[in-house]
Amino acid sequence: MTESLRAAALSLFFLALIVGAWHLATLPKETAAAAANDEYAKLMGKGAKKSDGFPTPVQVGEAIVKNLSQPFYDNGPNDKGIGIQLAYSLGRVGAGYLIACLVAIPLGFLIGMSPLLYKALDPFIQVLKPISPLAWMPLALYTIKDSSISGIFVIFICSVWPMLINTAYGVGAVRRDWLNVARTLEVKSIRRAFQVILPAAAPTILTGMRISIGIAWLVIVAAEMLVGGTGIGYFVWNEWNNLNLTNVLFAILMIGVVGMILDFVFARFQKLVTYVE
Amino acid sequence: MSGLNNPFDPDLRLGACTCGQHASAAEHDAAAASAGVLGNDTEAMHRRVLASAAMRALFPRDDTRRRFLRAVGGSTAFAAIASVIPFGALEAMAQEKGPLEKKSLKIGFIPITCATPLIMAHPLGFYRRQGLEVDVVKTAGWALIRDKMLNKEYDATHFLSPMPVAISMGVGSTATPMNVATIQNTNGQAITLHVKHKEKRDPKQWTGFKFAVPFDYSMHNFLLRYYVAERGLDPDKDIQIRVVPPPEMVANLRAGNIDGFLGPDPFNQRAVYDEVGFIHMLTKELWDGHPCCAFGTSAQFVQENPNTFAALYRAVLEAAKMARDPASRPLIAKVISPAAYLNQPETVVEQVLTGKYADGLGAVKSDPNRIDFDPFPWQSMAVWILTQMKRWGYIKGDVDYKQIAERVFLATEARKRMTEMGMQAPATSYAKFKVLGKEFDPSTPDKYLAGFAIKRTA
Repeated sequence: MTESLRAAALSLFFLALIVGAWHLATLPKETAAAAANDEYAKLMGKGAKKSDGFPTPVQVGEAIVKNLSQPFYDNGPNDKGIGIQLAYSLGRVGAGYLIACLVAIPLGFLIGMSPLLYKALDPFIQVLKPISPLAWMPLALYTIKDSSISGIFVIFICSVWPMLINTAYGVGAVRRDWLNVARTLEVKSIRRAFQVILPAAAPTILTGMRISIGIAWLVIVAAEMLVGGTGIGYFVWNEWNNLNLTNVLFAILMIGVVGMILDFVFARFQKLVTYVE
Repeated sequence: MSGLNNPFDPDLRLGACTCGQHASAAEHDAAAASAGVLGNDTEAMHRRVLASAAMRALFPRDDTRRRFLRAVGGSTAFAAIASVIPFGALEAMAQEKGPLEKKSLKIGFIPITCATPLIMAHPLGFYRRQGLEVDVVKTAGWALIRDKMLNKEYDATHFLSPMPVAISMGVGSTATPMNVATIQNTNGQAITLHVKHKEKRDPKQWTGFKFAVPFDYSMHNFLLRYYVAERGLDPDKDIQIRVVPPPEMVANLRAGNIDGFLGPDPFNQRAVYDEVGFIHMLTKELWDGHPCCAFGTSAQFVQENPNTFAALYRAVLEAAKMARDPASRPLIAKVISPAAYLNQPETVVEQVLTGKYADGLGAVKSDPNRIDFDPFPWQSMAVWILTQMKRWGYIKGDVDYKQIAERVFLATEARKRMTEMGMQAPATSYAKFKVLGKEFDPSTPDKYLAGFAIKRTA
């Protein structure tokens, strides 16, 4: 058996272990049938399907099938299918992330090429970097006065830092020899930036972009839970209101899967630009 | 008076219901709406109302009218009367036939039963009947409602009734004049405690409890403070009150983050349904008929879109009228429970609306007035709100109670619209009422305020 096959088998084993433990933990308990008062029991929803207790694997399975069988239904502004919600979230992430790229990469280039700028801006970056998306939200809502743009702004502000730092670091760490060779050959500065520094720093930049997309995807859920309206974060919030843990679990799974796909795409890009010295 | 009768039909009695199966026209309308047959042609309805009025004026005695119609025939009679009475002009006057300035609107709401009229107006088509394309948008919390209203993302919204007062005064936000068009609901809130506190029914035992309310500027906050203060606890020192968006209250109660909440339904009932809480008392027992939520918009919107505002007014009042009828409550529970609106089990919403509910302690209680939907925005209520805002230090210094109340709560406008729609509106905008047995006289707010032992005013 090859290594990867063995790993796959082990993965499946772990999955079975988790689902099995989950199943055992959520086996329905026999509740004392204290149906002394039928009317009271009826009002309490006895006998009906209720959300009490942690959902079983079967319930979550049913929710997955149900939600994925009609992912694009649209019952007005407050009730949309999971496909539409994910599309909204991806749209917001895409917009915020794209703006972050447009700002972070050129700026990172500038900072990386000048050690003085790097040192001067470093304190600002270090202070702004660890701020949580939710902390930005009230400020954004108050100043931007538009909730969907505020959401995009929060994505931007949270995903810009890893890219900026990595770009600056990557650009700053280009090997002196290569720059010296370029200088000896009298390469013009623009050509030097695009043909020497960019390819040399690309793997580091891509690493930053990969970290950023992960952060952007983390942030969107929090932002949408706060702003509401549409998106996967809103979906989680709406199901939480109904204390419907089954759908919340389903949404968590979807968030994980989409995050994995995004990461996979960037991993591919990263591979493309990696070089061996 | 139902507008659906054909006044030129000799076999109909004017003044009773159309089909003869119901005691009154209102009951008939509710039944018809539930069957989905209520006329969607507003204009035809208005025409009939006018024609009926004219016919009744011409023939005060119904049997004379019927004999006349039988003798000459309905259509001849109509032609003859129309030649003398300008039905068309009358219609235009009655309907304020101005074109709608804005047809597609966004209205925010929090998924609670307080918003019943403005939510149900959507699935039941009351907005559409006024020519409005309305999106009712579920919102995550009251702070967001405030921000989206100030940002003009929403054209009108579901408010907590103290919110427009606070926003207009610039308390907790930038000062922007807001208006309350109607009160959405009266009563309909409750104090819910965690099941582990079943034995602690006396507020004196609540020292150190953590309570949740939906927002600082809410009736919930003021009523909870009032209640514990009357029982000798200082709400700022002896208990902790924190703001939690209503939909998150049950989850927090379950997690043990809070000991109880004074919150809106359906979350009190939902806590019972999920067996994490019990209903300690309904707020009706504190102040029967207290306002809770309101339907309002910015003063700017009212000025810029008078016809749209009038149409909205009519739609929401029509909904309130239907919601006041106990017979239509189960139907309403059905239409507002789905995921697009409240996203709650139907039985929970129905228990709230019909007032027949499980209290979480093993008893089935019945209180038809658990929630009601009296739309009239009493300015005396606004004055009470201001006294409590002052009492707890949300506003400081002298307050011109009446001036603010009258600027924010559009009682005159509401009275006019309600009368137009055949709803009973009170002749005055100020009334005395009792909160926990203590009388409130809106003409002497400062004296009322001075009468409290526990307060933050100097």
